[in-house]
This record gives sequence, structure tokens and C-alpha cells, in this order.
Amino acid sequence: MNKLVNSIREAIVLSGLKDGMTVSFHHHLRNGDYVLNMVMEEISNLGIKDLTVNASSLFDVHTPLITHIENNVVTGVGADYISANLGRAFSKGILARPIEFRTHGGRPSDIASGKTPIDVAFIAAPTADAMGNCSGKYGKSACGSLGYAYADAMFAKKTVVITDNLVPYPMQDWSISEDYIDYVVSVDAIGDPKGIVSGTTRITRDPVGLVMASHAAKVIEASGLLKDGFSFQTGAGGASLAAAKFLKDIMLQKGIVGSFGLGGITGYMVDMLKAGCFRNLMDVQCFDLTAVESIKSDPRHKEISAMQYASPNSKSAAVDSLDVVILGATEIDTDFNVNVHTDSNGYIMGGSGGHSDTAAGSKLSMIIAPMFRARLPIVTDRVTCISTPGKDIDVLVTQGGIAVNPKNKELKERLLKAKLPIIDISELKEKTEQITGKPQTLPKGDKVVAEVIGREGDVLDRIYNVL
Amino acid sequence: MRRSMLFLPGNNPNMLINGNCFGADAVIFDLEDAVSPQEKDAARILVRNTMRYMDFNGCEMIVRINSIDTDYWKKDLDSLLPEKPAIILLPKTCTPEDVLLADEYMTQVEGKCGIEKGTVGLMPLIETALGVENSYRIASCSNRVKALFLGAEDLTADLQCKRTKEGREIEYARTRLVVAARAAGVDVYDTPFTDVNDDAGIVEDAKTAKELGFTGKASISPRHVETINAVFSPTQAEIDYAYEVMGAITLAKQMGKGAISLHGKMIDAPIVARAERTISMAEALGLDRRDINE
Amino acid sequence: MNIKKCASAGTMESSDVYVEIKPCDDGIKIELESVVEKQFGEQIKKAVTDVLDETGIENADVRIVDRGALECVIRARVETAVLRGREEI
Repeated sequence: MNKLVNSIREAIVLSGLKDGMTVSFHHHLRNGDYVLNMVMEEISNLGIKDLTVNASSLFDVHTPLITHIENNVVTGVGADYISANLGRAFSKGILARPIEFRTHGGRPSDIASGKTPIDVAFIAAPTADAMGNCSGKYGKSACGSLGYAYADAMFAKKTVVITDNLVPYPMQDWSISEDYIDYVVSVDAIGDPKGIVSGTTRITRDPVGLVMASHAAKVIEASGLLKDGFSFQTGAGGASLAAAKFLKDIMLQKGIVGSFGLGGITGYMVDMLKAGCFRNLMDVQCFDLTAVESIKSDPRHKEISAMQYASPNSKSAAVDSLDVVILGATEIDTDFNVNVHTDSNGYIMGGSGGHSDTAAGSKLSMIIAPMFRARLPIVTDRVTCISTPGKDIDVLVTQGGIAVNPKNKELKERLLKAKLPIIDISELKEKTEQITGKPQTLPKGDKVVAEVIGREGDVLDRIYNVL
Repeated sequence: MRRSMLFLPGNNPNMLINGNCFGADAVIFDLEDAVSPQEKDAARILVRNTMRYMDFNGCEMIVRINSIDTDYWKKDLDSLLPEKPAIILLPKTCTPEDVLLADEYMTQVEGKCGIEKGTVGLMPLIETALGVENSYRIASCSNRVKALFLGAEDLTADLQCKRTKEGREIEYARTRLVVAARAAGVDVYDTPFTDVNDDAGIVEDAKTAKELGFTGKASISPRHVETINAVFSPTQAEIDYAYEVMGAITLAKQMGKGAISLHGKMIDAPIVARAERTISMAEALGLDRRDINE
Repeated sequence: MNIKKCASAGTMESSDVYVEIKPCDDGIKIELESVVEKQFGEQIKKAVTDVLDETGIENADVRIVDRGALECVIRARVETAVLRGREEI
């Protein structure tokens, strides 16, 4: 049996891809990814039309997709996250059908259940053997975890592995195994290492960010959750990382040994593992070189699939065992609904990723954000787009005070007892507007450019074109 | 009560507008070293507007003007005195005459804008050898002087020695300033610790200052504010002891006794005075005495 | 009173605003570029006009590049530019 084919074009032809089908991609190569563009270029050359692209995330490097949309090669897009430049184009309404935004847990759940079937999945693999066993941990384009690609490999009708580091069969320490793989293609480069992982992720030096981070760590300390067995997830944003640093100091000082750190993993989480703050890391995506090195060499640092990470229909998912998650927001409203999809002008510039999954699963979900960015208040009457519903958010931490969701009375009591600066979210909104002035609300367009689908499959909100 | 005083560069909007969120008891809007000569006019107006329009509720406002040997200091006072800062920090104060010169001009400006004379305090910044030697006279020459402030960077340059983290070179100036200020009945503040990344160093430096008798300490980094506040706040043991002392005194009065001892030590007037200071500070900070039932 | 020479104030850093002011003969002209133009454009223009009124400027060509500055910052920078533009050459 020979799975190794000569070119991406040959793999596409053999896969039987036809007009109207769905192709899928994962985003571990982030803004360094070559694979999506290479594949779509060949598909376009083959004259195939009317495809749906189901990608775990899209980055600015994928801008050629816009040409394929204009040429009707692509007529549907699903993603969990779309970065700003590409998002701007989508916000102008270039697609006839709305984009389907899902969460990192909702996407694999819908793939597994057959709700969003994939005809051909393309797996960008930093190392693979000729039968398709593959891994992200090794090779010149190493990205660490391949967490988001598992569901695609397991449930697509055909799966193509594309690698730039073909090794003899069987490769050691594979992540995705050959029993799911139909074809293997070897290419010169699957990505640009500079765009795949950051050299180092740094904590913020911005004094306001550090104040918020310090508040955040104190909220966690006072929450009653910080004890042996504690589990934690944080984003790669500067203030979130600073919060992790302050938290680490508290954990070491008190001798607390947590159970696991979860999510997209940065060098800071690896430091916490090494310092003894956690027994394990559960890693769906590596953000920097330290994380890649760690997942390769430290058996306590485990790769997990997006299904194990966050799927609402898995028999269990790690987010359901999560104590605390620190998340960001572009806007949050007085009902604690959070927007991470659009900027304040209404342009698409992000997506839920694991935001709503972790917010729903964790015992304490914390938003950390400044009172205002570039004069725009963070707290609004109603967010431009509901990415994560307010019922799943427990607390907002800003430099001007900490607002607790009224549904979580116990947390409020605890934080008051710890003498933290608690403020009602409506008062925080007033206080901020006194500083910034009240912004004019922007008119929305009348065309739906994207639907935000919650992790349970419900449409949370619609994003309109920008006028 | 000022434990911490945070310097904010006078021409940096981002720091100024967020100046009240770092937890400092006072902020010092800096028109002097943090502002280049060609931006002095801009900083003056920016700081004036910040004081006028931003809410620094609970955070005292201090302005460091330029020194009296420049062309700027009078304009600084013209612009900023009407905003009623709590205190003017007067750099490079060397003699009582320096203080009196500033004092007199402040009185003029206060008169012009209808502010009661003496509303705005003065804090001489002692950062020359001459200033250190004159410190008691400086502290006691005018009612406007509310505190002394030690500036170690310029001082060590004047002393022709190296500024070190250990700070042996400023030991004399530190103790001399504390004695001078206390003798004059005013507060005294310690120089900033300048290494922003040395988290252990700031703790040690602040503790040294507290042990020597400083009222509080200035900071050029928002990151140091929390540490300074913690070091200069009374500890739980100090608060509990202060309440014990006051309890013992009350008891002694009830029993008609003139003197009383606590834990085998006579309670005299200085101990009571210290206990009263501790309790009033604890009350201001919302710190309670430990619950005996806990 | 009028602007005697070209002058500027402020910076392009975030939370700041850069203001350029030039002499002209036919009233006030304001050119605004702002990261928050849609949300605060009118308020920014009003702040600029207010400061020009308060300082008695009747003719000026003003260019504003705003990086999300608060109103008190915008007012300060415009006032500084006016002050500098009034000085004799």
C-alpha cells in the first residue's frame, strides 16, 4: 500500500474533491502557515468551485483566500477565530453566505456529530512518515501540539497529511496515527518558523496592565479555589501572562501544588510546571518555543485534542475540570456579555477560540481588560457582538475596580472580605464614561456577515457588515 | 497619610490619566527632570488639565516644579497653584532663603487667584550637600514647609560618590534628614529606589527607610507602590499591641493608677503616643484589630 | 488675536494627540484624523473649537492627528500649539 503521493494536486485529485464539498484546515502554524494557501491554490487551478473552508482559525497570512472567494472557488467559511486584516475584508461582506463562527469545543463537536461533515481534511504536519503517522513536536516547522487537527483527521471522509519532514516508518512518538490518514505529501516547507511560534512571549511592562494583573492574582487568591489540586488557564496576552507570574509567586509562597495548566500553552505555564505549581500541562496548542521544547521533552506536558480540551459532547472535557480561566475582551456589557469577535468599529478581528468553552466549564471565569482603550470604554450597555454569554462570566478586573457578576454572590463576599476594590459594573461604566466621554453608537449594516454559534449549537449573535 | 508618593512624568498623557490607579497615597506631577526644556510649556498645561479634569479621589496631588535657579519655576506656580495641589515639591533646596523665596511668590499667586494664604504646602527636596547641612533650618523656616524629601541621585553626584543599592553613601543624609524633620515637627520622605526590576531590592530599601524613621517613600515606578505601602503600613502585631496599650491605659485610669505596665514593661507617654499614631493609621487604612475569637 | 507662525504640540503616541496650527486668513479650518473618529469625531472638533474660542483665535488652520487622547489632553495640546504659534518669530 502506498499513501505517499507526488504533489498536493495529486492528493486533491485522488481524494475525489468536487464542487460544493467541504475542506478543512487546522491553525497550529498560525501566521506562518503555507499549507492552506498551497492547497487552495491547487484547488483553484483544478477548477473546483463552491467549496466550504472549515478552518480552526484563519490568520492574515491566509489573505489569498479573498481571491478564491471572489472567484467563487470558496463560497462558505467556518472558523473559530479570524485575525484583523482578513476580518476587515469579511466585514465588508465579500461572502454571500455568513461566516459560521464556532468555538474550539463546538467545532470538533459538530464535526464528530456529522453536523458539519468534512470531505477532505488537510493536516499540516511538521513531521510524518509515509503511512501518515504524524506529529507537531519535531522538524524544522515544529509547532508542538496538533490538538485542533484530531477531529479533522478522525472524522473527515478523506485525510491528507502534508509534511516538510518525512521520516522512516514508523516515526517515533506520533500524535495522529496512520489509521486515519489516506494520503501523504512531502513538500519543501509547510510554514515559516518565524510566524509559527513566537521566540518568547513576554509579560507586559505596561504599568496599567501590571495593576490589572496584580488585582487578578489577588482575586484568584481570595476566591477559595487556590489550594492543592488547583487548575488554571490563561491567554497569551501581556496582562494575562503577568497575572500568571503574580499567581506563581503566590503559589510558591504558600506551597500550593496545582493539578494542571490548560489550553494554549506559553513558556510561562511551562515555568509554572517546572517550579512545581502544577503536576501536568494539558496542551492543545503551543504559543512559543519554550512550550514546543517542553511538550517534546517533558512527559508531564501532555498533548490533548480539541475534543478532550473543550467539546461539549465529549464524555468529558478538560474545561469541565477547570477551576480558573483568565480571558480577554474587546467589550463587556452590563450583563457581562463579552465580545471578542469584533473591534469597536464592528470589524471582525478575532473570535471565540476557547473563550466561551472555558468560561462555561470553569468554576471562575475572569475577564481582564483596561477601563478604556484609545478612549473607548470597555464596558458598554450592549456589546457589539455576544461572543460569550454573561451567564458564564464571573468577574471583570480593570485598573479602576473589580466588577463581580451578581449571580456569583459568594465570590463577591469573598472579595469584599479580602478588601479588594469591588465596584458595580454599571458604576464602573459611569466612572469610565466620566473619563472618556460617551462614545456615539455606530449604525450597523443590514447584511449579516457572520453568525456566532455557541458551543451548544445555538446562534448567540449575528455580525453585520460595516457601513 | 502618605506612605507612597509616585512620580508621574509631566508630559506623558498615558501615565497622567492612569495616575490614580496605582494605589499611591500621593502622586507627584513632575515638571522638572521628567520634562525636556522645550516641552516645559506643554507639560505645565497638560498637568494643569489633568488636575482640573481627572478624578484623583483619595490620592493627594503634589507638583514638582522646576528649581528656583531656572526661568520656569514662576510660570510653573502661575499655572498650577490655582489647581490647589496639596504640596509643591521644591527641587534643589539648599538654604532657608530658597524656601522663603518660593514661599513669598506662592503667597503672591495665592492672593491673585483668591486662595487663602498658606493653602498649598511646601516640601523642600534636599539633594545637595549644602541642603543636608541646612536641613533643620530649612524644615523650620516657614509654616508652609510640611515635610522634607531626600533626593539621593543628585546628592550623591554633589558628594562625588557613587550611588549604590546598599545606600551606605546616603546613610548620613538619611539619618540627618529624619532628625532635622522630626526636630522641626514635620514629615520626612525617602528617595526613590531606581531599579525597577529588582523586586527584593525595593523591599529591603523601603524597610531600611522605615527603620530609620521616614514617614514614607517616593517611587518612580508604579510597580514599587504596593511594596512601599505594605512596608509603611502598621503590621497586625503593631495594631494589636497598640490596642492593648490603649486598653491598659483606660484600665489604669479607671483604677486611678498613674502608671501601669504591660507584659512587664512600663507604659510611658512615648509608648502611648506611638500607639495612638498606629491606631489612627490603622483606622485610616481600614485595618482592624485581630479578632480574638478567630 | 491670531496665529503668527506654524507651531505644533503633542506626539503620535497612544493616548496622545499631535496638533499642528498654521496662520490663515479665512476663519477656522480643522482637519481631523482619529482612531476614534466615528465615536468621538464631533466631540474632538468641539473641544478644539472651544479652546480656539477661549484663546481668542479667529483664524487658524488646524490639523489634528488623534491617537485616542482624552478630552483634557486634546485641550492641553491645542492650547500649547496656540501658545507656541502666537510667539513672535
